Formats: sequence, structure tokens, C-alpha cells
Amino acid sequence: MESQPMYLPEDVILKVENLDVKFYTYAGVVHAVSNVSFYVKEGETVALVGETGCGKSVTTRAVTRLIESPGRIEGGSALFRRRSGKVVDLLKIGDEELREIRGNEIAYVFQDPTSSLDPLYTIGYHIHETIVAHKSKISKKQTFKQAVSLLKQVLIPSPEIRVKNYPHELSGGMRQRSVIAIGLSNNPRLFIADEPTTNLDVTVQAQILDLLKSLQENYKMGLILITHNLGIVAEVANRVYVMYAGKIVEEGYLEQIFYNPSHPYTKLLLRAVPDPTKKIEKLESIHGTVPSLINPPPGCRFQPRCPFAMEKCLIKEPPLIEVENQHRSACWLLERT
Amino acid sequence: METIFRLLRSIIWSYAKLREKISPGWIQKNSSRIKEWELMAYAYSRSLIGVIGGVIVLAVFILAVIGPLLAWEPYWEYKIVYDESLRYRGPCLPPSCTGYPLLGTDEWGRDIIAMSLYGFRISFVISIVVVLLGAPLGIILGLIAGYKGGVVDEIIMRITDIFLAFPGLVLAIAFASVLPQRIRGFLEVNNIARAFFSGLFGLRQEEYGQLAALLSIWIAMVIVWWPGYARIVRGSVLSVREMPFVEAAKLSGLSTWSILFKHILPNVLSPVLVMMTFDIATATLFAASLSFLGLGPQEPVPELGFMISKAGGYFPERSSHVVIYLGFILLMMALGWNLLGDALRDILDPRTRRAIEYRLEKEKKK
Amino acid sequence: MSSNEILKVLDLKKHFRVRGSLTKKVKAVDGVTFSIEVGETLGVVGESGCGKTTLGRLVLRLIEPTSGRIIFDNKDVTKAKGRDLREYWRNAQMVFQDPHTSLDPRMTIASILLEPIRYYNLKVGDEEEFLVKQMELVGLGREHLYRYPHELSGGQKQRVAILRAIITKPKFVVLDEPTSSLDVSVQAQILELLKDLQRKFNLAYMFISHDISVVKYMSRRMAVMYLGKIVELGASDDVFEKPYHPYSKFLLAAVPIPDPKIARSKTKVLIKGEPPSPINPPAGCRFHPRCPYAIEICRKQEPPLLEIENKHYAACWLYHKK
Ligand SMILES: Nc1ncnc2c1ncn2[C@@H]1O[C@H](COP(=O)(O)OP(=O)(O)OP(=O)(O)O)[C@@H](O)[C@H]1O
Ligand SMILES: Nc1ncnc2c1ncn2[C@@H]1O[C@H](COP(=O)(O)OP(=O)(O)OP(=O)(O)O)[C@@H](O)[C@H]1O
Ligand SMILES: [Mg+2]
Ligand SMILES: [Mg+2]
Repeated sequence: MESQPMYLPEDVILKVENLDVKFYTYAGVVHAVSNVSFYVKEGETVALVGETGCGKSVTTRAVTRLIESPGRIEGGSALFRRRSGKVVDLLKIGDEELREIRGNEIAYVFQDPTSSLDPLYTIGYHIHETIVAHKSKISKKQTFKQAVSLLKQVLIPSPEIRVKNYPHELSGGMRQRSVIAIGLSNNPRLFIADEPTTNLDVTVQAQILDLLKSLQENYKMGLILITHNLGIVAEVANRVYVMYAGKIVEEGYLEQIFYNPSHPYTKLLLRAVPDPTKKIEKLESIHGTVPSLINPPPGCRFQPRCPFAMEKCLIKEPPLIEVENQHRSACWLLERT
Repeated sequence: METIFRLLRSIIWSYAKLREKISPGWIQKNSSRIKEWELMAYAYSRSLIGVIGGVIVLAVFILAVIGPLLAWEPYWEYKIVYDESLRYRGPCLPPSCTGYPLLGTDEWGRDIIAMSLYGFRISFVISIVVVLLGAPLGIILGLIAGYKGGVVDEIIMRITDIFLAFPGLVLAIAFASVLPQRIRGFLEVNNIARAFFSGLFGLRQEEYGQLAALLSIWIAMVIVWWPGYARIVRGSVLSVREMPFVEAAKLSGLSTWSILFKHILPNVLSPVLVMMTFDIATATLFAASLSFLGLGPQEPVPELGFMISKAGGYFPERSSHVVIYLGFILLMMALGWNLLGDALRDILDPRTRRAIEYRLEKEKKK
Repeated sequence: MSSNEILKVLDLKKHFRVRGSLTKKVKAVDGVTFSIEVGETLGVVGESGCGKTTLGRLVLRLIEPTSGRIIFDNKDVTKAKGRDLREYWRNAQMVFQDPHTSLDPRMTIASILLEPIRYYNLKVGDEEEFLVKQMELVGLGREHLYRYPHELSGGQKQRVAILRAIITKPKFVVLDEPTSSLDVSVQAQILELLKDLQRKFNLAYMFISHDISVVKYMSRRMAVMYLGKIVELGASDDVFEKPYHPYSKFLLAAVPIPDPKIARSKTKVLIKGEPPSPINPPAGCRFHPRCPYAIEICRKQEPPLLEIENKHYAACWLYHKK
């Protein structure tokens, strides 16, 4: 296993390369994630944006090997720098080591906060369980104290009382904050938040985003934020990966993506969001729908909906082409010949 | 597995073609439905449990239909009248002994296997009909209670509670001790009913006295059987009622009854269907235990529970094989339905149905 | 009542009984008054649980109001029953928040769309041809007609739900967060579709959403709700540019803006605490426990909804003397 030494640049926590995930369903093989590569640095917020079903959740779940039955990880690597400094490939290590990492060094907040809390246990117990799973010698009193301080950090009012509450006794926003607190309980190095604010009010959303940002600054953890709301991306992200139909179509720093988008999909996506500070006569919408991932269109996957599609787009899939420093985009329009 | 899938698919398509012949355009309009059926067939063929359950149920069904015709001995002939040595013979396995029935005889010298063939029909008919009568009653009451709410709900559910609180067995015993005489009187005068029921159970018309006992078990069971359905249906209705599509239907101008039968019922039916399958298993055993307790038919009717109860009198020296054999039959009948119900639960849920892994042979080889 | 108003709601209230208690009540909607003109959109924004959906369902008589009046097209429909109620529903429809649950999963699109046609006895000639023509209105085709809802994408489902609502040619449609479970790109499509249909059929909309950017884009006027009451009402631009009520200010400050420079430079003002329970709303102004500007009177007396500027109303004591 350890035949070739695995290399990660000093400040990179996670580096995923050529990830491939397929689902074997009756209707056919769903190629949910194809050839996706990305990395996360320490103390950095990386946003993964894209429409429903483009593979954002599957990508991040695959990284922690949380893909279930009809799905299979078909290839790629996910190098992760552990707290000890050791670099491991999350897709290859044994189950035991993976379990050590999950919930301890990598925390995952799922799309729906309600379903990741067990209604039979209090919030305090959830935190206790997460801590005990990775540290055997710790008393219940200690974890309880830790739980209170965690809840305080995620800005839950009167945390001494709330630790004893059951999930259903909390509002949606508080539940989401508790899930974040559980995720934080072992000081993870990497925090994956899958749409942490959908279904929440704007006021609560603003609170949660503010919270995530300050926590990340304090803990120096890497944060992968999955969302389809470009407003949120503009508020918190450092770098952005835009996904379409199971592939990354554009990547770059926040400003590069927002002020100099080069993939037609990104451009259209940006114009589809109503910006309340501007007077908009008509929203641009992208015609058509996301293609089926069972028989994706040949060539560029966005070509059937793309207003600039050319002959070449029908035939050959565009690779990621460098636009400027660290800014790459998968579109034939960028090819300078 | 593959052959089962192909078989089911050809059944689906021949049905579709038949409909197409009756009303052209049917296949196009129902293409989605056909696809869904195919998917169900596929999901079923993937489930080992379901296939085993289906095979058992099918075997039981075939035996129930042809059993009484197949039986090589009439159950009403007491053989020991001619041959005293036939009384409670043990099993007779061919190399060591020949000329006697394979699994031996009962105390009247009748072949156990032939008797049990009649028994299949009786158990099968009772269990199916109990569920088929009890379930709709419970479903309708549950629908009304759940949808109307308020006082109607209170009344229906309190009655249901009373029936649920009353031990089913005791209620059935009470009914079984009062009903037979009346039914007997009814069957005595009504030739058509007599012919119908005796045909249904595969018995002789002369046995109408025993038929009355069977029917009384039957009625007693129907009466104790519906409350479970009322409960489960009401619960599902309460959650479906809150779905936006029900409100949308209201806005589309549908009356309460149309909403109940067009939108709510179809959406609560799958858990009920699963429960019915499990209940057929329970009913089989319940009926057998009622007659085991002596509340069912008496001689010469070869009801399985009754036969076990008689064998109990000679247990264990002379009849352990009878008890084991008959017990095994009952177990298989119940197990078949149970396994089928288990598979059905997955197949009827569109989400699990879709999640069943599909391995393309080509992909696997790569 | 001016003849141009299609809907007028007067002091509408809905108090739900709390299970297991005889006296406790959820005051989901507590005295709401507004009107909507023919062909106009009124936006309604507010936090989760403030009673937006309840208000929409009340207006359509899907639930019975505790008190208040609903006047539609100059007719009082507050107590309408049977035939009158059906007549009302033919003219006032609703699109629900979640397209995945607002279409019966066991019916094909065609049979879903045929329901209003059959039950309202609409004369349409050949049903299939009619449906195909209607499907074109919302950008769907014949091939979608015989599918089940789960075979359509979220956006397509919402199109079907919209079509079902307008197939009876209503004058007024309640849109309860019609895009909140959809992607931004699909949201843009649906919003454009709704605007397009409004122009074509002169529809009046009540557009409910918690996304202020969307409400601002869709509606000429908007109402801000807090705990069952309208706290601010006015032209969308005015409310957005110059919110009066402190709650509206917080709400607007929390809206994420899809422009990194503006998003990072704007001063963060985060609202304190959680919305209080509608079971025991605070006395006086309902916002006072979270309001940084609360004064003495706010704790005691409920502020009325007053016109502060031309057609711009707010319920706040701070502006009362002026
Ligand atoms: N269990 C599964 N079986 C089959 N296909 C699946 C399964 N889970 C995901 N997929 C497919 O994988 C693709 C990517 O799904 P994924 O959940 O990653 O999307 P997403 O980008 O997270 O979308 P959303 O914004 O809705 O969360 C989809 O096309 C989906 O149909
Ligand atoms: N049928 C009901 N019985 C009892 N209480 C109810 C009922 N329907 C709604 N409520 C309560 O009324 C209040 C308002 O609910 P409503 O659904 O109208 O809020 P909303 O503004 O639409 O919220 P959201 O943005 O989450 O959809 C909530 O406190 C809710 O719990
Ligand atoms: Mg997801
Ligand atoms: Mg709502």
C-alpha cells in the first residue's frame, strides 16, 4: 500500500484528483461525478456551486467514502493530511483508520439537519458521543462541559439549558447550529458543510454564515461549503468551484469568478440571481434542464443549453484551460489558436 | 432470477397489448405505468426472499386449488372399519416397508398426506377471505375517521379501540360458540349457499354442520380483523391529508368523496397491501389455532389445526411425525406470505425500488 | 372599495388551537388588512413561521378564518359555501411551495391537469389537444403529458403546478414560495414564466417568499410580516431603499448580495435572538424584545399600521409622532 510516497504541498489539507463515482441503477449507470479534481488549503473556504443533481453532495460524500449501495467510487484519489502530519489517501486506507478520521479530523454537516440528529438523544449526548468515539479516556462531566462551551460558541442562547434539550425542542436554526457544534466537537481540520443554510431564514442564515466564518478563522480549519446560492458564496468563500453535470467547469478565486467569469454556464448562473441592489428588467435564465447523467450529451456537457456552442463543442470535451493565475475554465471558447 | 424477470415482463407486455387492442393508444398513454410495473418486476426478481416467498405462496395456492381433487382418499371414509391395522400407523418409507401410506395414518386409518391436501384448501380459503373482507371494512372506516376528523373520528376510533382491547381469541371463541347453530339452520334450508360454500372449501355437501363451524370461525375472524386496518389507514390518512396535493385537489373542485377515493386511498394503499400479506400468514395460524382449541369443524373434516389437536392425543410416541408434518405445512404457508410481504414492502416503495442496484453484466466484466 | 381591487382582506385572524390545551392558541395570523388590485403582485416576506402560508390558505378559504372578512371581486366570500365556494376557487388558485408534494405521485400529468377541467365542467373540446396547447404555455410538451411527477425535474413539476392553477382562467393566484425549492437558474425560468402569464391573462398575484431579492424583483408592492402581523407595507422599491420598521431593516441587511465587493463591505447587523413563539406573543409591539430601539410604549401598546409616507405604511411607535 505504502509503496509510493504521497506528496501534498505544505499548506494543503485535502487534494482530490480525478474522482469518479457511478451509480448502478435500473435505468442505467448514472455517472454522477466524473474526473473531478480540487484541493483545500488550511484556513480556506472553498465553495462548490452548481444546480441540483450536478454531483456536489456525491463528490464530498465520496471523499469520506459515504457512498451507499447502488453507488461506487470508481477511481481517483483523495490525499488528506492528518493531524499528525501523515498524508493518507482517504479512498484507500482501511476502515478503521477512516473511522478515526471521520467525525474527528473531518466533520461533515449534512444537507438536512433534522435527519442527522437522533430524536431519542439530547444535544449534549450527541456531542458526548462524538467526543467519546475518538477519545476513550474522558468523563461524562468533562464532555458535558465541553458541550456547553461548544453550544456557546455557535451562539445558542442559554447553552446550559439547551444541552439537555431534545432535537425537536429546538427551532430549525438552533438545530442547524447544534449540528455544527457537533461537527466542531473534535476540532476538525476539514469541515464539510453541505448546504448548511437552505431551509433557514435569511436572518438565521446570516447568523450561521457569520458563525462559520469566525469559527474557521479561529480554528484554522479548511471549509468546503456546498451551496447553490451565489449570494452566500459572495459573502464567505475564498475560492470557488463551479460544477455542472458531474464535472467541474470553472475554478478560481472569488473575484475572478464573479467579475471575470469565463465559462458561459457561470456567466448565465450569475445573471440568473436577482440582485436586490440593482434594478433588473428581466432575469436571464438558462434554457432547458440539466442533462441526464445516464447518457450525458457528447462533447461539452453544457453544449445543448449553451448560447455560444460551436461545432467543436459537439464533438470533443473541453479540458480545463487556464484563463489567468489559478483561474481555469472548461470551455473551447477560451482556446487561443 | 433473470428468467423470473423475463417471465413477469412478458406477462406485463401481453396485458398491455391486450389493452392496446381494446383501446388504441393505451400503451402510449400508459407508458410510464408500464415502465413502473417493469421496475417492480425487476425489483421483485432481485429479491431472493421475495422469490422464495412467491414460490411458496404459488405452490400453496396450486395445492389449495387442486388439493381436494388430487387427494386419493375420500376424507369421509374411516378405513379402520375394513382394516384394523391402519390405526395410527407410523411413517412407512419405501425401502423398509411398502404398501402403506407414506406418512402413516390417523386414528381412523386415513392417509395423513391425502387428508392434508384437503386441509390446504380450507386454510388457504379462510385466511385469504378473512383478510379480503376484514381489510376493506377497516380501510373504509379508517379513511373516513382520518379524513373527517373531529367527532366522527372520535366515535370510529373509540369503537375500534373497544374491538382492539377485547382479546381477539376470546371474541372469536364467543362468536364460535353462538354462531354455528344459526348458520347451520341457514345452510339446511338454503341449497345454493350450501353448494357454494362446500365447493369453496372442497367439502361434501353433507358436511354442512361442519361447514357451519368453519363459517363461524370465519365470521368471528372477520369481526376481530378490521380494527388493525382502521388504525393503520387512519394514521396514514392523517399524514397524507396534510400533503399539498390534497389541498390542490380541493382547489380543483373535487368533492370530499372524490378526494378520498382518488387521492388519499391510492396513497395509503401500499402499507395496507403489505400488512394484508402479513395478515394472511397470521390468519392461517389463527384459524388453525381456533380449530385446535376445538372451536372449528369436527370429524370428519380434515382441518389442519383440528388434525394437530387430534394427534396431540397420541403424542409423542405414535404421532410426533404427524405433528411435525402438519406443523411444517402451516409454517410454510405462513412463511411464504411473510417473505412475500417483506419483499413487497420494498417493491411498493418507489424510493427503495429505484435504489436497487442494477449490475450490467458488461460493466462487471470490465 | 375601488372597483380596481380584486381582493380585499379586512382584519383577518386565524388562531389555531394547541393540542391538549383548551385555552392556549397559536396566533398564526392576527389581524391582517390589505388589498390587491387587478393584475398586480403583492409580495409578502417574513421569517419562517410568521404566518405567510397560513395567510395564503386563509385568503383562499382552505382553512376557516377565526374572524375578519375576505372580499373578492366585490363579493364577500368569508362565509361562502358549496357552489359559491367552488365559484370562488375557480377564480382564485394557489401554487404551493414544494412541487414534489403538490402533485399526486400516483397520477400522470394529464390526469392531474384534467381534474380541474372535469370538476369545473370547462368546455375545452378535445381534451388531449387542449392539454397540449396549455402545456406549451408553460414550456412543456406532449411528451410530458403521460409521465408521472417523479419523472419530471423540480422545475418541470412546478410548471405543471402553475399550469394547473391557471387552467381554470382565474383572476387571482396565491404563490406560496413557488421557487424556494428550486435552483437559481430554474427559479429565473419560473419567475419569468409567472411574469409572462401575468401579462397575458392579467392575473393578480400574492407572492409569498422569504427571499427578499425575489419578492423585490417580482412585485410592485410588498408587505413585511412578523409573528402574524404586517409590520410594513409599501412600494417594493421604497421598502427596500428606506425601510422604516426596525425588523425590516434587519431583514434587508441579512439578504446575501451576489457581489463580493458589496457583500464584504456592507456593515453586518445581525438580529439578536430567535423569533418568539406565536403561542404567547410578547405584549405590546411583538418585536420589542429583539428591537434595539425599543422605548417604553413598545412594551405596553401595540403600534397600529400607519401611513408614514405616501402609501408606505409601518407599525412602529418610533414614527408615531411625526
Ligand atoms: N442513491 C443514488 N442512486 C442513484 N443516483 C444517485 C444517488 N445519489 C445520487 N445520485 C445521482 O447523482 C447525481 C448527483 O447527486 P448529488 O446529490 O451529488 O447532487 P447535488 O449537486 O448535491 O444536488 P442538490 O443540490 O440537490 O443537493 C444526481 O444526478 C443523482 O441523481
Ligand atoms: N394546522 C395548524 N395547526 C396548528 N398550528 C399551525 C397550523 N398551521 C400552522 N400553524 C402554526 O402557525 C404559525 C404560522 O405558520 P405558517 O406555516 O403560516 O408560517 P410560514 O410563514 O408560512 O412559515 P414558512 O416560511 O416556514 O413556510 C406557525 O407557528 C405554525 O406552527
Ligand atoms: Mg446535495
Ligand atoms: Mg410557509
